[in-house]
Amino acid sequence: MTARPALSGPALAQLRVGPGRFGWLWHALPWGLAIGTYFFAGAYLTLGTAALEMILFTLSIDLCLGYAGIVTFGQAAFFGVGAYAAGLLSIHLTPDPLLGLLFGTGIAAIVGLVTGMLILHTEGVTLMMLTLAIASMLSAFALQASSLTGGDDGLQGIHISPLFGVFPFDLWGNTAYLYALGVLFLWFAAAWRIVRSPFGRSLDGIRQSPRRMRAIGTPVWWRLVAIYTLSAAMAGTAGVLKAQTNQFVGLDSLDLLVSGTALVMLILGGTRRLYGAFVGAAFYVVVQDIAAEFDPFRWMFVIGGLLVIIVMFLEGGLMGLADWARDGAARLWTRPAPK
Amino acid sequence: MAYLTILLDGTAYGMILFIISVGLTVTMGLMRVVNLAHGAFAMIGGYIAATLMQRDVPFFIAAILAALLVGIIGAVAELTLYRPLYRRGDLAQALMTFGLTFVVIAALTSLFGSNVKPIAVPAFLAGLTNLGFTDYPTYRLFLIAIGAAMAIALWLIIDRTLYGARLRAAVDNPRMARAVGMDVNWLFTGTFAAGCALAGLGGVLGADMLPIEPFYALRYLVIFLVVVAVGGIGNFKGSFVAAMAIGIVDTVGKFLIPGTSAYIVYVLVIVLLLWRPHGLLPAKSAA
Repeated sequence: MTARPALSGPALAQLRVGPGRFGWLWHALPWGLAIGTYFFAGAYLTLGTAALEMILFTLSIDLCLGYAGIVTFGQAAFFGVGAYAAGLLSIHLTPDPLLGLLFGTGIAAIVGLVTGMLILHTEGVTLMMLTLAIASMLSAFALQASSLTGGDDGLQGIHISPLFGVFPFDLWGNTAYLYALGVLFLWFAAAWRIVRSPFGRSLDGIRQSPRRMRAIGTPVWWRLVAIYTLSAAMAGTAGVLKAQTNQFVGLDSLDLLVSGTALVMLILGGTRRLYGAFVGAAFYVVVQDIAAEFDPFRWMFVIGGLLVIIVMFLEGGLMGLADWARDGAARLWTRPAPK
Repeated sequence: MAYLTILLDGTAYGMILFIISVGLTVTMGLMRVVNLAHGAFAMIGGYIAATLMQRDVPFFIAAILAALLVGIIGAVAELTLYRPLYRRGDLAQALMTFGLTFVVIAALTSLFGSNVKPIAVPAFLAGLTNLGFTDYPTYRLFLIAIGAAMAIALWLIIDRTLYGARLRAAVDNPRMARAVGMDVNWLFTGTFAAGCALAGLGGVLGADMLPIEPFYALRYLVIFLVVVAVGGIGNFKGSFVAAMAIGIVDTVGKFLIPGTSAYIVYVLVIVLLLWRPHGLLPAKSAA
């Protein structure tokens, strides 16, 4: 098998984001901004860390919803499971952040695997209901099992030891920001590779027509379970980061609102482009911060209204808008040569 | 005799779930729209009634006016926001209606604040009734009666009238219904409005059990959707059976095993949907 068009060509071509030979340079923009934020954010650095966590969580939804077409409203289940697992590990066993990261991610992946195997036989509205029901069940469970989770008061007393034994999680959140950024980068690189692999291409096909993919011999169910598990692990990591950087886990991490806001971010930014999660989450966090200064509920109005407008008129999200603007500019730039 | 009391509690709760969810099952079954804003319509009903009652409008008139107004709001929403979505996928519909819910929550909070809006039941329903074995809140008996009456009325409308026959035809096969010359568009608008009106009425009547506050629209949304999914989307009888079952199971569960009550309903729902993905009574066998 020599012909694999998706992967052929020079290595850099696979990294292309924008048009042209130097399309891969666009990668520098989001990551450069993220690194710049570290130096210039000042008191807003904790907000930046929260944004990085939300980007990772939104990215996890892009994998299963954007690429594989699994409409999930229960992704918060994995976010919460990861957060509680990491919190409990630090309280009862070890304060090491990396062990917590592995543990929380692993537990979330297991929950994703088990629930995915159960529910991915169904489709459409039933599947959506099942994801909702699982998230609601876990949320209700966390409320009831207060001896384990602290119930309404949340999980308190989380202590995280210095990263690699050297860098303590300080009050200003310097370590927390870089730690979150590093983890996000690793997951992003993995996601970038996955969606461009033959496996990723098969997910594309499954989203468009599960029936045809089955007909050409793709093990549809297994592929869906695999991406669902992966996406659960990623959401779990986001939860771990939140637990470790805030040293607290609240019931709200399992809430329907968490799944909902991340979905909003994804749609705002644009699905199936990975960087859509970056744009959407960054935009959301900034809008929320600005609007909430006037009125704690105004941001809901703005975000909800934006969601309605984007679904009705702007299917590609903000990045779709950027594409449109770029194509328009390119058309102006390259005027047709006079005959 | 404690069991009978609990059974009555569960039945009253189930009736409220039925009144609110029946509109949702129709929207989702007839128009095939994933409508996550249904809880918002119920909540708007509650707010309208509460505002009217502050101006000394009697309970029942306030409830009926609220239902009518929510119906009108629903009709406008169907014409402007929902109609363009019929041809889009589940996801676009879910997201648009989710955004709509956000807007309603924010708007109602800035108008009324985030506290619970009390809706006082009329004086003659406020007390207890002696049932022989226990004194039971009169209002809940009233809920059971009105829920049962509405279920029968809806059944008669759907099963015995021309409108009902058209509705069933459109649920089963919208293309065929169009082909034989039915004005499906107006059927959709009218039915959507009626479903919203019922939700609004349910929001008012059920304020005793599901208190009216801005996050009502999200807090109880899952349970409304669960009723629809368990009953079989688009199935009226199914949603009655499901609402009763969920109301009773939830209430009995809270009583028998207090530690697990909150999630026992979800566990049962997950098991049921895995066993029968299209609900207890799939839509084809509708009423």
